[in-house]
Amino acid sequence: MGILTNRFQDNIFFASVDNVINWSRKSSLWPETFGIACCAIEMISAGCARYDLDRFGVVFRPSPRQSDVMIIAGTVTKKMAPIVRRLYDQMPEPRYVIAMGTCAISGGVYNTYAVVQGSDLIVPVDIHVAGCPPRPEALLHGFVLLQEKIMKERVLRAEPNTKIEETVDHG
Amino acid sequence: MDDVLPLSRIIDHFEDRVTVDETVSDMPCVVVGPDDLVALCTFLRDDDLLQFNFMADICGVDFYPDSPRFQLVYHLYSIPFGWRIRIKCLLADPPLAPTITDIWTTANWHEREAYDMYGIVFEGHPDLRRIYMWEEFEGWPMRKDFPLRGYKDAYNPFGDEKKDQGDAS
Repeated sequence: MGILTNRFQDNIFFASVDNVINWSRKSSLWPETFGIACCAIEMISAGCARYDLDRFGVVFRPSPRQSDVMIIAGTVTKKMAPIVRRLYDQMPEPRYVIAMGTCAISGGVYNTYAVVQGSDLIVPVDIHVAGCPPRPEALLHGFVLLQEKIMKERVLRAEPNTKIEETVDHG
Repeated sequence: MDDVLPLSRIIDHFEDRVTVDETVSDMPCVVVGPDDLVALCTFLRDDDLLQFNFMADICGVDFYPDSPRFQLVYHLYSIPFGWRIRIKCLLADPPLAPTITDIWTTANWHEREAYDMYGIVFEGHPDLRRIYMWEEFEGWPMRKDFPLRGYKDAYNPFGDEKKDQGDAS
């Protein structure tokens, strides 16, 4: 969206436009095919036929450049941290992060020299899915929460109590 | 296959340079100094009645604050005879050991692991780099004087404060 982001009044027209944009965003959340540890097994299970993430429009993509969501599924070691950050940086905006499992949330039981104590220290996390590992239902719930969060976003409308800049250059 | 490992054959060959560790009950165990380690391993592999052709594992041990501080534990397996043997080798501090990569190639990564975790330097190793930790990592995490939670940094706010260590090399 770039230059149009948060530039417009909070009226019914732009509210409706935001609604449509957010609906389109939340309905095709494409996560990276990216798993670090055992939580990835539950993530795979959630994506397969039995739990079927596809019915939410969640389709795993093999490239970060085609993805909207990064599911940090597993223990993030300090050796892995730069790679996780690079994958995040390669994703196009708007992008979202789900920290799946206790390790990704806080380091979990691995309070050691080699493990990042919470993936918020590397990337901004939107949804924390608790569990060790979380069941596929929990990950589904995480996606539903993320969809709710996306629907509350303001895309074209300015944030409340901010002044709208009237500086659109008409040439 | 049912024969017992002829420990006396090893002892006779090396005389007082190799001793039997009687405290171990699960498998035959011999103690050797770092100077005779390569000779012992070569003998165990090449002797027709032993043929320890499989090196299963290398472990490091830190006995801090005891002296000698470090120990290497080698586990060998003889595929033709089905025997196992354990070799223990005490090392001083700083720990220095001969490499056995010329005898069993698989020792390469095992020795890199022992180097990575304990800082045990293997002389003659073709590629002695860290294997688990990243290149910039400082310290030897499995040593007893290394803090369990590591040192404090941006990714590890619960770690110990880093103190000046003269022997941290």
